Order: sequence, then C-alpha cells, then structure tokens
Amino acid sequence: MPLLDVQDLRVHFPVRGPLWSRPTVVRAVDGVSLTVEAGEAVGLVGESGCGKTTLGRAILRLVEPTAGRIVFDGREVTKLERGALRGLRRRMQMVFQDPFNSLNPRRTVGESVGEALDIHRLAPNRAARSERIAGLLTRVGLDPAHADRYPHEFSGGQRQRIGIARALAVDPQLLVCDEPVSALDVSVQAQVINLLRDVQRERGLAYLFISHDLAVVEHFCQRIAVMYLGRVVETGPARAVCRQPRHPYTQALLSAVPVVDPQSKRTRIILTGEVPSPLAPPPGCPFHPRCPVAEGRCRTEAPALRIGRDGRAAACHLAAD
Amino acid sequence: MPLLDIRDLRIDFGSTRVVDGVSLSLAEGGCLAMVGESGCGKSVTALSIARLLPTPPARYAAGEIALQGRDVLRMTPAELRAIRGGVVSYVFQEPGASLNPVLRVGEQIRETLRLHRPREAGETEVARLLKQVGIPAPEQRTRDYPHQLSGGMQQRVMIAMALAAAPKLLVADEPTTALDVTIQAQIIELLAELRRQLGMAILLITHNLGIVGDLADRVAVMYAGQIVEEAATGDLLRRPLHPYTQALLRSAPVLGRKQDRLEAIPGTVPVPGQWPAGCRFAPRCPMARAECREQVPVLAPRGGDRLVRCPFAET
Repeated sequence: MPLLDVQDLRVHFPVRGPLWSRPTVVRAVDGVSLTVEAGEAVGLVGESGCGKTTLGRAILRLVEPTAGRIVFDGREVTKLERGALRGLRRRMQMVFQDPFNSLNPRRTVGESVGEALDIHRLAPNRAARSERIAGLLTRVGLDPAHADRYPHEFSGGQRQRIGIARALAVDPQLLVCDEPVSALDVSVQAQVINLLRDVQRERGLAYLFISHDLAVVEHFCQRIAVMYLGRVVETGPARAVCRQPRHPYTQALLSAVPVVDPQSKRTRIILTGEVPSPLAPPPGCPFHPRCPVAEGRCRTEAPALRIGRDGRAAACHLAAD
Repeated sequence: MPLLDIRDLRIDFGSTRVVDGVSLSLAEGGCLAMVGESGCGKSVTALSIARLLPTPPARYAAGEIALQGRDVLRMTPAELRAIRGGVVSYVFQEPGASLNPVLRVGEQIRETLRLHRPREAGETEVARLLKQVGIPAPEQRTRDYPHQLSGGMQQRVMIAMALAAAPKLLVADEPTTALDVTIQAQIIELLAELRRQLGMAILLITHNLGIVGDLADRVAVMYAGQIVEEAATGDLLRRPLHPYTQALLRSAPVLGRKQDRLEAIPGTVPVPGQWPAGCRFAPRCPMARAECREQVPVLAPRGGDRLVRCPFAET
C-alpha cells in the first residue's frame, strides 16, 4: 500500500468574471491520480499555472479538494474533520519556495522551530525542547548557538535550512516541497538538495517534490509526474521519462531545458503559443493547440493516462509504448 | 572602436562598494553575457551604462563608460536623453512591473516612437514592431492592456518597446528568469534572431550559465563586485579556469548525468560590504592557499584571449 494515494483529485476555484457574466470555475487540478511510496521521492513537474502547487496544497488540505480521494497511510484525508487535521499535519509537512516570506520575521529561529514542537506537544519540558531545537538546527547545518537570532540575520540558503528544520521538527513521513531551491543562488541550491537527500536516507522520508526544473527533479526523484493544465500527462521512473519522454509535451519541456555544453547538438522543440487559460481549457487533448504532432482525434477526444507494466504512462493518442 | 568600453568602473552605494573595478568591452553587433549570483554587481554595472542608477545613494567612484567613444559619466542631461533608448535600450526581468498598467501596449510603444522616430510614430510601425517580436495578430494586440497578456507576451512587448528606439545596444537583464522554460527558449531564440537581423549588440545579464551558450560570443563571470573570468563562450563552458566558474558549472545537476551527490560550493555568497580580504572566493575555494587570503589577485591574461583572476588556475 502506498504511503500517499491520490485518486482522481479535482480542485476547482469559482471565479467571478466581468459584471453580469456568469460565474465560471478554474479547473486548477482536474482529475489527478498519483501515489508516493514510503521513502520515495516523486517529482511533480510543470510550468506555471499547471496546478502543481494547488495539488501539493490540496494533499495537506491547505486548500479544499472539490472531488476525489486522498488516502494517507490508510486514512482518508479528504474525509477528516478540521480538528483531526492537526494529527495529519504532524505526519505531512510542507517546505515552501520563498524562505523570506515563510518565516515569521518577529520570531527567533528557535521560536519558529519550537512552535511546531509546542503545537504537537512533542517536548515534555523546557530542557528537552531546547535540546531538540539544537539537534534540528545542527542537523540542517546551522549553528545551534544561533537559535536566538531572527530570520533577517540569515542568508536565503540558511533560511531555507530553517524551513526544513521546522518541517522536520514533528518527525513527518512525507514532505511536500514546493520549489524548495528556486529562490536560492545556484551555488547554494546544491547544498540544500544534498541536505534533503541526506535526511531522506536517515529518516526514510518520502517527498512530493514540486519543481519546474527538470534537471533537479531527475537528480532528486525516483519517479516523476508531468502536469499540464491541471492533469498529469506523463508519469514513470524519473530517469526513463527524462531519457525517453513519450508525451510530446514532456519532449518539448526537456528540449527547452538550457544545456551548458555548447557541443551538444540537440534539436530544440520550440513550442508555439502559450499555455491556454485553465478557465477555458481546449476540448480533446489539452495540449493539442501547441502540439507539433496533433491530428484529428486529438481535437475531440481526451486521451487517458494508462499505466503500463513498466510503470510508465503518457496521456497521448499517438505516444508509442 | 568598440561600441561599449567600460574601464575600471567602481560604484558605491553610500559607503559600501558594490562594483569594484569592472572593465569590459563589446563590439558592434556582438553579444556578451555577464553571469553571476545575487549581489555580485552585474545588474548595477548594467544600469550604469545609461546612468540609470539613482545618485544618491549610488556614486560613480571611478572609471569610465565609453559608449560609441564618449564617456557616459561626463554627459550632460541632454546628451543622456539622446543615448537612452537611441543608443542603449533595456529589457528587465519583470515585464509586468516595467509596463504601465493603465496604458494600452500600442500606446506605450508609440510613446517611444514619438521620442525617437517621430515621423514613423503610427499604427503601422507599432504593428510591425509587435510582429517582429513574434506577437500574433499584432493589430488587435495593440489595444490590449498589459494585464491581458501573459508573461512571455509582456516580455515581447518590452522588447518591441526597446527596438522602437532602434538602439545599437540592448541590455537584457535576466530577461527570461521570470518565465517558464518553454517560453524562456522562445525569448532566447527571439533575441538571437533580432541580433542577426538588426546587427544589434546585446549585453545579457543572467545567473543561468545554461542560457548563455545559445546567445553570447563571450562570457564574463562576476563574483563579489569583480570579474573573475572572461573568455569566449565555448572555451569558458567547456574548460572553465577560475575555481568559482568551475564550481558553479559543477554544482548544478545536469539532465542525463547520474550522480549521487551534487558538488555543492560550501558557504554563502558574501554580500557587499562583507567581502573578505584577499581573493574574495578564497573562503569557499577548494584550492585556496594561505596567500590567497592576503592579496587580491589581478585579472590576468591566460592562454590566448581569456582573462582569469586566479594565479593558481591551471591552464
């Protein structure tokens, strides 16, 4: 049984249009199924507006799903009462993109990390509490003597380490990381990725790793799901998908990744047009207006995502297995 | 005579030095990329070319910026107005923040035309510019407000505005950082195409070494206010010589390369005002020796046409 099992999840947001027009909905997440095994890192890749962040938040019920099921360790998250969510969030934590905005500027680092311990009553007394805070800060590579400093006294990379320490404080089984290194300097990104991998191995942590950076996801994750307009269009083992993408969107996405090696003579697939508005997704395959190989039925019939024996799947009428 | 020739430029903000002796030159029609992490001084250097920094707090402490042979730092306000747009135009990272939200995009382009090419400031020229930057149905788009366009389209409008003044030099400061990868590829392709068509020089400012290969002839790598290495793009990417350039290239994960751990650079980027003595990269450098912490190394020629600020770099 997977640690996290998401089935046909939908998150729709009502939108008020111009005056007197009928209210519509944005289908931010529109029928996504995916699983994360214990100790596994699953990458969620896609461009802005594809619904990857909304999906991550819906799994922690930071936004309410419209339909579908989320089962975490055998319990249905979607049915939990508000009061029962606290227990859930002890086992699932989130690390955010922007370490500048996700820490309270008026609290010391020790207070921010300690708050998680207090909420979940994880420290029996003051001495145990400060000992745990010191241990967590040491684990993420910070000096425990800095526990009484404020967030502005740290660099971006250090602040992201604090965010990770806070998430680890409650000993979770799953971390949902939303673009955890995108706001960091290149020379610091690698430090944070290495740290995330070390704690994964020590604690058997599972990750849902949301990122737009395919190279980072291929490096960090065992499996990958590519999203486009609220749906998963391709999924499979990370290396296989990155090496031989089957969906035309994944192919274009991979070919657009900038490559440092000036000798690599790749053919770059430059997609025409832009991601359509999720307010009015195109009929049929959502990718067909930009797809270089689309044909007749792609315009009318939405392709299904069927997982084959090799654990791979591409929602495309024309993709070869 | 190069189009742009910056000599030993030093810029302070208050009492803090942020650019510390930058020299670089760019020929007509050439493309130079300035690469570096936050706080290295690349954007401040770029803004100084048209003297766009607010003074105070900024102060041009030393050096000269020769644009078409004339020092920008000595120009009168009238001369500056003539070069801004007419000789050097800018495209910035956040197109949404650079466009006027209450003016239709066509009107914003026409404004630039009226200033620089008043006789051509009509609908036809606006539509031609929008078409040139790859905006479909340009006649209709001129009537759109910026918020009605996507980030990629807004950036195309910014580029059209920059082109409206027919500049000799386009300074593109992180032009694709706020955009998705597929759109990023489109914009880089567009810049390369415009350079070919118009013979316009480009100064590309970026933190991403991955995008320089498709556009730039030469790359200058900056660290803590100084250029640490400058070379032809292929040479620099294939065989970086400065330890910082090497570490930067090694630290990013590469598609298709199997590795268990990334080779992270220890420590953090020093902020202006807290630059270490001696070589500024020494505290993070795997090759640093005792003397590196005492003396600031000079940017010296190494093998043909490249410059490296490290006496111990292997050639």
